[in-house]
Amino acid sequence: MFVFIVRRILQTIPVLLGVSLVVFLIMQMVPGDPATLLAGEGATKETIEMIRHQLGLDRPILYQYFDYVIHAVQGDFGESLRSSRPVLDEILVRLPITLELALASIFITVVLGMVAGIISATKQYSAADISIMIVALLGISLPSFWLGLMLIYFFSVNLQWFPVSGWGTINHMILPAITLGAGGAAIVARMTRSSMLEVVRQDYIRTAKAKGLKEHVIIYKHGLKNALIPVITVVGLQFGALLGGTVLTESVFAINGLGRLIVDAIRTRDLPMVQGGVLIASVIFVFMNLAVDVLYRYFNKRIDLN
Amino acid sequence: MKPEVVMNNTELNVNKKKSSKLQHWKAFYKKFKRNKLALIGGYIVLFYILLAIFAPLISPQDPYEIDLVNTLQPPTTDHWMGTDDKGRDILSRLLYGTRLSLAVGFVSVFFGAFIGILLGLTAGYYGKWIDTVIMRIVDVLLAFPGILLALAIISALGPSLINVMVAVGVFSIPMFARIVRGSTLSVRKLEYIDAIRALGATDFTIIFKHIFPNILSPVIVQATLRLATAILSAAGLSFLGLGAQPPSPEWGAMLSSGRDYLFSAPHIALFPGIAISTLVLGFNVFGDGLRDALDPRMKK
Repeated sequence: MFVFIVRRILQTIPVLLGVSLVVFLIMQMVPGDPATLLAGEGATKETIEMIRHQLGLDRPILYQYFDYVIHAVQGDFGESLRSSRPVLDEILVRLPITLELALASIFITVVLGMVAGIISATKQYSAADISIMIVALLGISLPSFWLGLMLIYFFSVNLQWFPVSGWGTINHMILPAITLGAGGAAIVARMTRSSMLEVVRQDYIRTAKAKGLKEHVIIYKHGLKNALIPVITVVGLQFGALLGGTVLTESVFAINGLGRLIVDAIRTRDLPMVQGGVLIASVIFVFMNLAVDVLYRYFNKRIDLN
Repeated sequence: MKPEVVMNNTELNVNKKKSSKLQHWKAFYKKFKRNKLALIGGYIVLFYILLAIFAPLISPQDPYEIDLVNTLQPPTTDHWMGTDDKGRDILSRLLYGTRLSLAVGFVSVFFGAFIGILLGLTAGYYGKWIDTVIMRIVDVLLAFPGILLALAIISALGPSLINVMVAVGVFSIPMFARIVRGSTLSVRKLEYIDAIRALGATDFTIIFKHIFPNILSPVIVQATLRLATAILSAAGLSFLGLGAQPPSPEWGAMLSSGRDYLFSAPHIALFPGIAISTLVLGFNVFGDGLRDALDPRMKK
């Protein structure tokens, strides 16, 4: 297991380098010369050249990339063009909020999705099963930003149960977490159902039944444990979708997280901020995938992930 | 003498393959027809395509016509879905918006599929270092969470609907590349490919005439399901103000303008959301049905 984890960590290094290269190259596609932009209108050719030299823009692109990576590894993502503060400082202020939102949503995804999936599988073809699967199908198709607006309309504007926007208390968390987690819950419900149905057809479940074990013992002790293995992978992959989804959810609920920071940075063309934000979110996602692989390996030792 | 025998056998094989292909599609149609939910999905998609084609004929009003006397009107007999903040007829805007949403979906998926298929075919067919390099690039593209890669691309290209198509297309490339590479790997090892190669066929002919038609099923399924994701992602980007710009009747942009009037005129946000959800639902259900009928192994 230890060797496996070390090997997986080593495998993430080229992926991380690739991610940083893609982000770096995308930013090179930006039209216009950053040195001219920074120098402002009416700047002389000498001033522009001096800024270009200071920024290292007169050096070969490969050099610029490695320079960027070396600085990024040390936590130096440059300065925000808007606030002139270090990019990392701004991201570190916003990141915990986004992670809180993502964790609250993953909780909704796992609990709601698995409970619905288990009910569906154990009561196959019942009214409950059909209703859950219809809702799950709708859940996959609903745009999260629209669901968020509708939740605000019903629960914040009409019923006034929850605040319309902001962050800080449990009450602030509930609607955004549902908005962000609903799609994932729908996917997990479908996955849990199909996985459970596959497991209950296995011989060892028939044996457990023949032994006279109670149904709930069979479902929870034997069935669910094995049915969970593919579900873990889906939940792990959902975390990536959630990280991306926070961009929209934070915008709907006016939450000052990393997603909103990136969108605002795009609007104001604060490219170092976009670059840093996208890179850090991607690095988190790469490590999440690593954790999922390790968990998958732990739960399913029969599978050789090498 | 010997090459002739090979030729005759190959011709026989090709004929056999043609008839089995026909049977495959017949079996697919029979299976697909039995899946009521998938049929409903197909009808929903067809309904929206027809709406998009006939939008100018069936729209009650000009989607861009501003009427400041009738702003934020709830649904009435004159305006079945009410009016927006500029007094424009929401139904007419939704009908024209169908064109934009479908165009974004189809163009971006076509773009992503085209590059993804080329990469997948090359990696799967040539293998070795070419496969390693291409698949590592694919891994890197898959390492971006959700729509963040699309966001990064838009930040460089600037907000516009065309750039959204490019961004969402790039975001779809790795999925196609992975599926096509896997299928190419399994087809490449089949006997008839060796036979065709022995007859002197070029790599280009083998890849595009003999391998590609045989891996179409998973590509079609993936393209249909990706259409749903592409439409959702594009609407999301427009909602953030990074896609279609006002006064475009793009559904995500309409939703975005509706959120400012959630208290006084919730219908502005309601109808575009229903339109996006049903179209995406249609593609999802249709895609699920296609997958079950075309390639049941992909079900998981």
